[in-house]
Amino acid sequence: MARTVTRLTRFNMTSLALGLAFLYLPIVILVIYSFNASRLVTVWGGWSLRWYHEFFNDRAMLEAAWMSLSVAAVSATLATLLGTLAAVGLARGERFRGRALFSGMLYSPLVMPEVISGLSLLLLFVALNAERGFWTVTIAHTTLTMCFVTVVVQSRLSALDRSLEEAAMDLGCDPVRAFLMVTLPLIVPAIVAGWMLAFTLSLDDVVIASFTTGPGSATLPIRIYSEVRLGVKPEINAICTLVIALIAVIIVVASFASKLSSSQGESAAPL
Amino acid sequence: MSARRIFARPARLAAIAPYLWMVLFFLVPFGFVLKISLSQTAIAQPPYMPVFDVTEGRAALAAAFAQLSFDNFRLLLQDNLYILSYLRSLVVAVTSTLILLLIGYPIAYGMARLPQRWQGVAMMLVIVPFWTSFLIRIYAWINILQHDGLLNQILLALHLVSAPVVWLSTDSAMYLGIVYSYLPFMILPLYATLSKQDGSLLEAAGDLGASPLRAFWLVTFPLSLPGVGAGALLCFIPIVGEFVIPDLLAGSNSLMIGQTLWLEFFTNKDWPVASAAAVALLLLLVPPLVLYDRLQRRQLGTNG
Repeated sequence: MARTVTRLTRFNMTSLALGLAFLYLPIVILVIYSFNASRLVTVWGGWSLRWYHEFFNDRAMLEAAWMSLSVAAVSATLATLLGTLAAVGLARGERFRGRALFSGMLYSPLVMPEVISGLSLLLLFVALNAERGFWTVTIAHTTLTMCFVTVVVQSRLSALDRSLEEAAMDLGCDPVRAFLMVTLPLIVPAIVAGWMLAFTLSLDDVVIASFTTGPGSATLPIRIYSEVRLGVKPEINAICTLVIALIAVIIVVASFASKLSSSQGESAAPL
Repeated sequence: MSARRIFARPARLAAIAPYLWMVLFFLVPFGFVLKISLSQTAIAQPPYMPVFDVTEGRAALAAAFAQLSFDNFRLLLQDNLYILSYLRSLVVAVTSTLILLLIGYPIAYGMARLPQRWQGVAMMLVIVPFWTSFLIRIYAWINILQHDGLLNQILLALHLVSAPVVWLSTDSAMYLGIVYSYLPFMILPLYATLSKQDGSLLEAAGDLGASPLRAFWLVTFPLSLPGVGAGALLCFIPIVGEFVIPDLLAGSNSLMIGQTLWLEFFTNKDWPVASAAAVALLLLLVPPLVLYDRLQRRQLGTNG
């Protein structure tokens, strides 16, 4: 990659600074307001942890939070397993029957409007007579997030030097052993990043969960969403701040993982 | 047989489980959407008439086919509500994509011109909001835009307005929310193509007498078109079916198709019409989806 133009014109700097400010300011403001002592969201009444107390005494919210965290953990794990297998099939399977359909099925959910995915899965669950709740939401989230895992892991696999696997096989490894001993350790960072991405996506989803969950088992985003429709509440600011903190931790871990990944080769994760 | 060929077989076997999963939970459900979109509404649980049951054999199937009804689609075509919400979805998606392009391009361009070591940091800064909850970021804007929110307080303090401006429940708030949420999706593909461009091309254009602006327009921009296409599709397709942002930020007098579908499903409990709306939305999205699929595969450099 030849790069001679790295001049920083004033225009470039301004657009970059404004763009980043636009992306971050609302979140910063939300976090600050979550420590506001005043019940009126917009009047500053001094620093306080009042709304965090409120949240930790709100049984319904806590139950929803627990439901969301368990759905996210289970579905991210399933999605990572299935997504990695799919990535291996696409990156190493050469040509096979139904390959175009397979990759089409894996890429379209990335952009498919959530109302469609949610509605179609619900109709399936109703037809199967499945009881709606934890497992139906988990299956729905697994289906959506495994596609993201596939993209992340597949791009890592495609960037990998294949002669390493071939050398292992020349030295007498069978393909499965070559994969487990050579390929897998090299793609672990991408797999970790994929899990984290799947976890945060599941924690974030409100539309698909609304369709696929049953009565009495609302996820945290569903609860937040129904509260937000009624207006801004300081407790929601506190909950959102906690979610942001959790995601920040995940991002730090994931970025370490991808740093590991990029130090071993070109990181090509598109997301 | 080469090592590569030997490796391919177990790799294909690995794909069986995810393949079956996607067929069962992605492909088959569309069959149900199609089926129910052709059935009659009923006051029952679930609220539609059964169309056909494969277990009942061929005769029953044939009888059921005779009963298929296109009433729901006819309703979609006849009722202004649906046509208007389709049109609105298209208008909103096209407008938002254009705004995103106008805002995203300079940012991606600025990123690509940063010194190498800062580019990674800038990219990280653009990706992080994508990880942060989408619902929370919309909620953050409600905090700012509400009647006595920060924006009105600032405007009043600066004496730019004499009374609080209504920001929430307007189209401007909705566009703001959409642009805010989808900006990373626009920036990243643009940055990917812009950062790969060879700087010597611009120097050559300069040596040949082109002004920087002309060089940009004649060299940089045409070369970045694949990124423009990818970014535009990545934003356009989901925005057409967007539900949460218009529901929380726009007014309720004109709905997007995602909202109409939601309303039919959750409020009116009319599953067949909701399914028909989903089928129609899907038909609208097939061409951009195919295009996107092609771009994506080219980008990943796979040979399928």
